[in-house]
Amino acid sequence: MKGFWDYVKRNPSFGIGLMILIGLLLFSGAGRLFVDKKLAYEQTASLNVPPGKAHPFGTDSLGRDLLAIMIYGTGMTLQIGAIAGGIGLGVGIVLGFVAGYYGGLFDTIVTSVIDVYMTVPSFLVLILIATTFSHVTLGVTEMGLIVAFVSWAGSARSIRAQVLTMRERPFVMMAKLSGMGSFEIVMKELVPNLLPFLVMSLSQAVYGGIMSSLGLEALGIGSRRQPTMGMTLFYVNYYSAFLLGLWWWILEPVAVIALTLTSLVLISMGLDEIANPRRRRKV
Amino acid sequence: MSTPLIEIKDLRTYFYVKAGTVKAVDGVNLILERGVKLGLVGESGSGKTTMALAILRMIKPPGTVEGQILLDGVDLIKLSGEEMRKTRLGQIAMIPQGAMNSLNPVARIRATMAEGMIDHGIRLSKEEMNKRIANLLEIVELPAKVAKMYPHELSGGMKQRVTVAIAISLRPKVLIADEPTSALDVVIQRQVMETVTRLVKELDLSMILIGHDMGLMAQSVDKLAVMYAGKLAETGDIRDMFSDPLHPYTQALISSLPALGKRGVFHGLPGIPPSVINPPIGCLFCSRCPKVIPSVCAEQTPVLREVKPGRWVSCHLYKE
Amino acid sequence: MRKYVIRRVFFLFMVIWTAASINFILPHLTGRDPVKEMMGQRIASQGLKQEDAMILINQYHSMLGLDKPLVQQYFTYIGNCLRLNFGYSIPNYPRTVMNMIISRGRLSLPFLAVAIFIAFVGGVLLGAFMGWNKCPHWLNNLLVPPMLAFASVPQFLVALILIYFVAFRWRLAPMGGAFPRTMVEDWSSVKFLLGYAKHAVLPILTVVLVEASGWALSMRAMMVTVEGEDYATFAEARGLKSGRIFFRYLVRNALLPSLTGLALRLGFIITGAAVAENYFNYNGIGQTLGAAIGNFDYFLLYGIVIIMVMSIALATFVMDLIYPLLDPRITYRAQRG
Repeated sequence: MKGFWDYVKRNPSFGIGLMILIGLLLFSGAGRLFVDKKLAYEQTASLNVPPGKAHPFGTDSLGRDLLAIMIYGTGMTLQIGAIAGGIGLGVGIVLGFVAGYYGGLFDTIVTSVIDVYMTVPSFLVLILIATTFSHVTLGVTEMGLIVAFVSWAGSARSIRAQVLTMRERPFVMMAKLSGMGSFEIVMKELVPNLLPFLVMSLSQAVYGGIMSSLGLEALGIGSRRQPTMGMTLFYVNYYSAFLLGLWWWILEPVAVIALTLTSLVLISMGLDEIANPRRRRKV
Repeated sequence: MSTPLIEIKDLRTYFYVKAGTVKAVDGVNLILERGVKLGLVGESGSGKTTMALAILRMIKPPGTVEGQILLDGVDLIKLSGEEMRKTRLGQIAMIPQGAMNSLNPVARIRATMAEGMIDHGIRLSKEEMNKRIANLLEIVELPAKVAKMYPHELSGGMKQRVTVAIAISLRPKVLIADEPTSALDVVIQRQVMETVTRLVKELDLSMILIGHDMGLMAQSVDKLAVMYAGKLAETGDIRDMFSDPLHPYTQALISSLPALGKRGVFHGLPGIPPSVINPPIGCLFCSRCPKVIPSVCAEQTPVLREVKPGRWVSCHLYKE
Repeated sequence: MRKYVIRRVFFLFMVIWTAASINFILPHLTGRDPVKEMMGQRIASQGLKQEDAMILINQYHSMLGLDKPLVQQYFTYIGNCLRLNFGYSIPNYPRTVMNMIISRGRLSLPFLAVAIFIAFVGGVLLGAFMGWNKCPHWLNNLLVPPMLAFASVPQFLVALILIYFVAFRWRLAPMGGAFPRTMVEDWSSVKFLLGYAKHAVLPILTVVLVEASGWALSMRAMMVTVEGEDYATFAEARGLKSGRIFFRYLVRNALLPSLTGLALRLGFIITGAAVAENYFNYNGIGQTLGAAIGNFDYFLLYGIVIIMVMSIALATFVMDLIYPLLDPRITYRAQRG
């Protein structure tokens, strides 16, 4: 445990990112205890009220209390990111390890698929997928699943690259010589050594997932009723909030999104330093 | 006796880091006369490369350089940045250790060789420059077509020769060769060293050859300086030092060399080189020294003294 | 060298073919008939009569060959794609999809090209300077945190902030639109060009703030790596001028990974700008895309997506060809086999 704190001290970006993320989670988690979920949906309050005593964060043109939206919406956006990132990483781990370690035809197929996948802008693919299913009402989980369709490629590629490097290392050779089966080697030797890298991939996958979901929601593709951050901004545009001068409606989601994304980037950068020790700045 | 070309007086290179003070070079006094080849040997971490960088004033913070480095009477430490820049290559030229990666990978050899000259004020037309470069390549026994090539198209030995060509391109006074052959195999090593030695003679240069290969030193230099843990252990004429080494460290270095006709067990030195962070007083070699004098060596720091004419040692075994 | 080019061309076609195929397969997976749905919408909202709708539906079906077997449809579709024939935009009938894409696309292309250029060159140079060991520390401490924030957020977010503060609050720039509402699109008129430029300022700034920050940060990191390389040390040991070392040794070598990064990032930049266009009320390809999504203008939507995939793949392809020219090591390796 002490090692963890030492690391945080040496690596301020990781520490700051983690603190911001924990702060957001607390805000969303603890806030639920005080603010009713119903307030985050339409027509529960008067329209376009600036921040004041009754509504500390103001209300929007749909009659929703913005504090409620921030509290529940942050959680939802993070949830989408978690689902997309989790699934993406999971698939990426399986494909990356199998392709990287076993190689052969499977590897060639997987790599080619990934290369093409990553050249076609995933966002456009998402638009196609999402609009095709637009007759189905999209909730938070569904958004997460849709985004997961493209989030696996990046993780798969980078994990495969790491596995390829590690495969040639002496300790793997030793394990082979001592008669360990391939699966055993992967689970007992490779995964533990790659743990920091995998955690970093997770934070990157979550970041990517949230970015994609924001892009979709910004165009209006998403759960129209749920107060996710992206949808909130969509309505900002739809109702021309800036023409009406409703600054609180614009700035609050922007601030929350910026904090969320920046914290994830900081965490990824910080973890990158563990995962790639040669990039450590202060020895 | 003419003034020595280089006089190093009490050179100290310290790095101030969180863990303490790293005394990479701690009070070194050295003299290099004109036309002399001086060898500087020591283990890894003894401070020899740091000395080379210090002479070229390339030590970066948190490192500091104190003392005096006199080149023809001019203290290099007191020069301005621009004056020092002109001194590099113009008067003191370095042959780097790992030529593998010392040349700009995206530039042709011709461009790399020309830029040193251009930045030192040489104005030549394109043909004249090309002729000069071809000339230099010929001197280091490289074919002229090398000029058009990129570094990755050359072998290790060829790249090293290019760096030698660059080093002599402005007819400097001193060459500092920092382990120029460590990365090469033995055959190429010898060829490159022969070229260097020949050039030093032909162009009447002085040279500081840094390395850890005593055998190479024996073949290439006139005088030898042995460094240990940032300090000088012994200096003197190369033949004297081989036939009659005074410092126990020098003795160990020489006796570990295989030689024709020498039989028996070869001894290495037990222990590892000491860390030079916050070094204690006393001789830094005493924990590994086979001739250690208890209670003296650990408590008093030995001073470099001339115990015989031309032979300087810093060891408690030799009392003046 | 030739093998390299052939491989890249093959890859280019694979990408486009994959995108087109996904385009084809997806709607068929859901079993929805876009034509019927669109007609249904029209019946409901525009009072289109049932009989007229049926006639139109049948016309469309035969025109698109929707009454033929699936495999044949597929080949017709691919053929159409290659000829850039994407059919009609039904809400905007009789305008064809291609016609709409071109008329809107030519508004987006100029500002995007300028923006990407400024962002890359500016970002790389700024980052190179920030990473230079002769750069003052306080500058780094000042610039890095905001750059990090800008580089992490989507473009439309920055667009919102810019619109709110610069356009609305401070009234320094127009609120939206691609060119002044009073003007007609006329590329030969200087007045139009000036109007276009004025309206392009915020969109360009959006792209530049986000992308230049990213480039700068990564270039800065690369500079640190490059400065530790042997050739940088030797360059200094040779007494080269610091300007020369900066440009020919540090920047030149640190640039290469950034260029690869540019090629990879191109798709992201363009799609991000497309989303941001919706917030600028900019009448370019991005807003057209947004509208097509809203209307479920099936043909227009899929047409835009294919065209965007093609352009991005083509641009990446061009960059792949340029890269070996800048790094002599790559060509050599390719020659070696």
